[in-house]
Amino acid sequence: MKAASYGRAPAGTQPNYLYPQYVSTCKRSPKQPLILLPHTLSELTGPVFGHSEIGENDNDLTHQHSGEAQGERIIVSGRVLDEEGRAIPGALVEVWQTNAAGRYRHRVDQHGAPLDPNFTGCGRVLTDREGRYRFVTIKPGAYPWQNHPNAWRPAHIHFSLFGAGLLSRLVTQMYFPGDPLLPFDPVFNSVPDENARNRLISDFDWDTTMPSHALGYRFDIILRGRQATPVEVSP
Amino acid sequence: MTTPPTASQTVGPFFHLGMAHLERGNFVAQGIAGERVTIRGQVLDADGNAVPDAMLEIWQADSSGRYGGEIFPQNSATPRFLGFGRIETDDKGEFSFTTIKPGRVASPDGSLQAPHIVVTLFSRGLLKPLRTRLYFPDEPGNADDPILKLVPQERRSTLMARCSGQRGAKNVPENAPPKIFDWKIVMQGDGETVFFDY
Ligand SMILES: [Fe+3]
Repeated sequence: MKAASYGRAPAGTQPNYLYPQYVSTCKRSPKQPLILLPHTLSELTGPVFGHSEIGENDNDLTHQHSGEAQGERIIVSGRVLDEEGRAIPGALVEVWQTNAAGRYRHRVDQHGAPLDPNFTGCGRVLTDREGRYRFVTIKPGAYPWQNHPNAWRPAHIHFSLFGAGLLSRLVTQMYFPGDPLLPFDPVFNSVPDENARNRLISDFDWDTTMPSHALGYRFDIILRGRQATPVEVSP
Repeated sequence: MTTPPTASQTVGPFFHLGMAHLERGNFVAQGIAGERVTIRGQVLDADGNAVPDAMLEIWQADSSGRYGGEIFPQNSATPRFLGFGRIETDDKGEFSFTTIKPGRVASPDGSLQAPHIVVTLFSRGLLKPLRTRLYFPDEPGNADDPILKLVPQERRSTLMARCSGQRGAKNVPENAPPKIFDWKIVMQGDGETVFFDY
């Protein structure tokens, strides 16, 4: 039997569950070996989201309140593609982040930095026919956490994506070029392969930078996709 | 020339900000066919401590074994079952959702899988999600389910919900109140839940 199939990520390009430098993984990573699952309809299908899920200012995090959000205005854009470079249209992209001071609008965030009444820090869009997405937001701040003494997370934006089917579901984080905290961050450094790790860092981009308005950063995202060449599968 | 998929990163403790808009406790609208079931559960770490900052995503077929399409069917005349849901754990690591018991779905060899719900678990401390499945007890299809057969016999019970024998409150539109099932997700250690790689 031949079937279009999804490949598996090359070694080192995804983090392992256990990464002791990120302390929370120690008690939350499975010890038993995972069971390799053949791809059935249950994994090949997945939810499809429509425009009814997207609100008017969901792609502009600086204009979700009566006033404008404080901080350095940025434009984050890119394309969502599969491993062979094909665009993934209609993908739901959800983002959340701190405000400019490094504080989340979340009851659990105890960081003593100020909240911004004009910034919630969440957005969502669907990719267009070329797989493109675009957000206007403010540059998030670094924030302290309890992982180790004097631990600070580098500035990042959390991304959640639904492509075609559960196999392409991805949650990741986008970082900023030149951030001095990156070499010290266990979450970023949990990705063993250096190239794969560095692809989590966005590029500063003149083309999307708007004069007198906002700096542009580009972040392309690759989701698992069906391989073009069908492979032999055992019946 | 292929590029490997972008690396996964943890959702962290603050995912509620970006993810809450899809959270629901009840996935069944009026007019959807199928037996109503409520799944109650808890997520535990290696020490048996509750995991209060986890999120589950559910994906399942409708009662006839078909997977659905577009979410939010409010605009359409006939309600369609979405089969997708997102639920957070509370301060005690507990979660609960009401859905319908899924029908049987074909497996790659043409045989039928037993009714199951695909569960994807996200949390702080998970650099990539944990993927598991929830099966129902006393289903005739369980013995021949091609996925359950891959799981060592002694660990299969971790994928099996337990019928509490209770019926829930009549908070779900349609017919009888839902049957209640209990299920624990143990991330590590004694009774560790079976997790899949796919
Ligand atoms: Fe964060």
